[in-house]
Amino acid sequence: MNRERKRSLKYIYRSQITIHHSLESMKKKYINWGIYLLVLMALLVGSVLLSLTVGEVKFTLFDLREIIQNKDGLEYTVLSKIRFPRIILGLAVGGSLSLAGVILQGIYRNPLVEPYTLGISGGAALGVAITIVFGLHLTLGAFMLPLSGFVGSLVIIFLVYFLGIRRSNFNINNMLLIGVMISFMASSTMMFLMSTTTSENLHSIVFWIMGSLDEPNLMLVKTVFYASLSGLVIAFLFSRSLNALRLGQARAKHLGINTGFAIRVLFVVASLLTGICVSVAGVIGFVGLVIPHMLRLIVGSDFRILLISSFLGGSTFIILCDVVARTIISPNELPIGVITGMVGGLVFIIVLSRSKLKSKIQ
Amino acid sequence: MLDNISFEIEKGSFTGVIGPNGSGKTTLFKGLTGELKIQASEMVLNQTDYFSINLRQKAQRLAIVTQNTEVTDITVEDYVLMGRIPYRSNFQFFESQQDYDIAHKYMNLTNVYRFKDKLMSELSGGEQQLAAIARALTQEPELLLLDEATSHLDIMHQVEILNLIQQLNEELNLTVLMIIHDLNLASEYCDYLVMMNKGGIYTKGKPEDVLNYQNIEQVYKTVVYTRENPMSKKPAIFLVSRKVQDRVKKQV
Repeated sequence: MNRERKRSLKYIYRSQITIHHSLESMKKKYINWGIYLLVLMALLVGSVLLSLTVGEVKFTLFDLREIIQNKDGLEYTVLSKIRFPRIILGLAVGGSLSLAGVILQGIYRNPLVEPYTLGISGGAALGVAITIVFGLHLTLGAFMLPLSGFVGSLVIIFLVYFLGIRRSNFNINNMLLIGVMISFMASSTMMFLMSTTTSENLHSIVFWIMGSLDEPNLMLVKTVFYASLSGLVIAFLFSRSLNALRLGQARAKHLGINTGFAIRVLFVVASLLTGICVSVAGVIGFVGLVIPHMLRLIVGSDFRILLISSFLGGSTFIILCDVVARTIISPNELPIGVITGMVGGLVFIIVLSRSKLKSKIQ
Repeated sequence: MLDNISFEIEKGSFTGVIGPNGSGKTTLFKGLTGELKIQASEMVLNQTDYFSINLRQKAQRLAIVTQNTEVTDITVEDYVLMGRIPYRSNFQFFESQQDYDIAHKYMNLTNVYRFKDKLMSELSGGEQQLAAIARALTQEPELLLLDEATSHLDIMHQVEILNLIQQLNEELNLTVLMIIHDLNLASEYCDYLVMMNKGGIYTKGKPEDVLNYQNIEQVYKTVVYTRENPMSKKPAIFLVSRKVQDRVKKQV
């Protein structure tokens, strides 16, 4: 046996030799986390400033101060009424979607799950499609679109919850399967609606699904913003459970975690966040899948850092994608979902292949 | 379903649970860890009523090492630190220095400190089990449960881990309850054996009393030959193939 083992366990047990090292590695971890957060914050602030200044009306960074002081100018209106709400909505939607992705990947222990896997987006889209097909948004007002989207997603959440996880001893994979099946049913129903309606309605439905951060109703923007922040807080409160769940449900229980309760709460939080985002901003794909994976490669799989950094990363990503969507074919605007899909997929493939390369070299 | 299970283990003892597949060993453990509900009349852990404590308090008092450690992208250090989870309140999000000290102490003890920055998935099966034992010790339990923790390992790692457990049991006075399939290892390492069959306890006692060929043939429906191990004076069990059995029968 090796030399280390030859020492009596009693000696090691009582010894103080490890204290110094333990302090060091604890500090190292927390300092690393601090650096990650600072960098991500800086990126977020940078992207917000970029998004404020770039567009049809261009400003420089130095103009901003003057514009804010002159509250009657056209520039001020552009900033406060158009660009700023858009940035806030982007921040909230990007953050929420990637947060929901992290949470769902955590509770299902499946890297391919994303916020839309469980059919929440399908339900929202179905709700909106019904509204458009029956012309409810024309008779009752434009608020019917986000409202019906939210109702649609709520119905799906209830279905998945009651069919999948209400029982005390639920199987997490069954729950996933039920979600996927409900998602298929919702999308088939929507295809049925789309194939029977007029081409004008079809155009509106497709355009809504592609998603946009253009939301004139400030109340809605505020709601999404506060919802996303409270989602982050609640998820962080459960970071201990999420961390333990990385070992599986049974082993998390062995560590004293009430896994049933934690999974239920986290599921509801993640799906409500997704439902709210989809009903306001449409189906903006890829954020919930790609951002969590990218950040996991960088910051590691500890949920205490992963939750916050995914939120910040998702926000930054959506704001930057929105800048591209607004400017690339200006004065027209591309649907943001097009950009998130393309850029996200491409960047992710590059990151993944590089990280594989790196591990091979080491 | 288990029925009529009643046994006591002394503090600081090393007890083995043996029995064929499906005899209820793992179910017994699931009851102990709180995974399954128990309808027992009485269960006492070190003078505390077992039904009066919640999952987290249970995790502070007993730790379990299972056959396979879930392989994930966690560093060994973070994995071992998870043993401190039961000690952190809901609103304590970060490990204290004390948590780190305890984790490092047991990583040294189990000799996995040298892998502390490696990922769990990069370790071999034996090293993963050592890390799992470090994690379980970091829970600072009164009772350590081992559920076939060595079944899939080669003899070197089996013996290494069991020696470590024995040493922990003797030097730190840790109470160990272990499910083990290998009857020879059970005989060699345990002071006390509980033999289970068909959801109940068949017999219990010292290895010399439990591991005789009558009991083993009755419970495992297998013909064996037992002798005393000349070195340790504990019973040793030999399996006999059917061909040899037939030959012996013919000679008789």
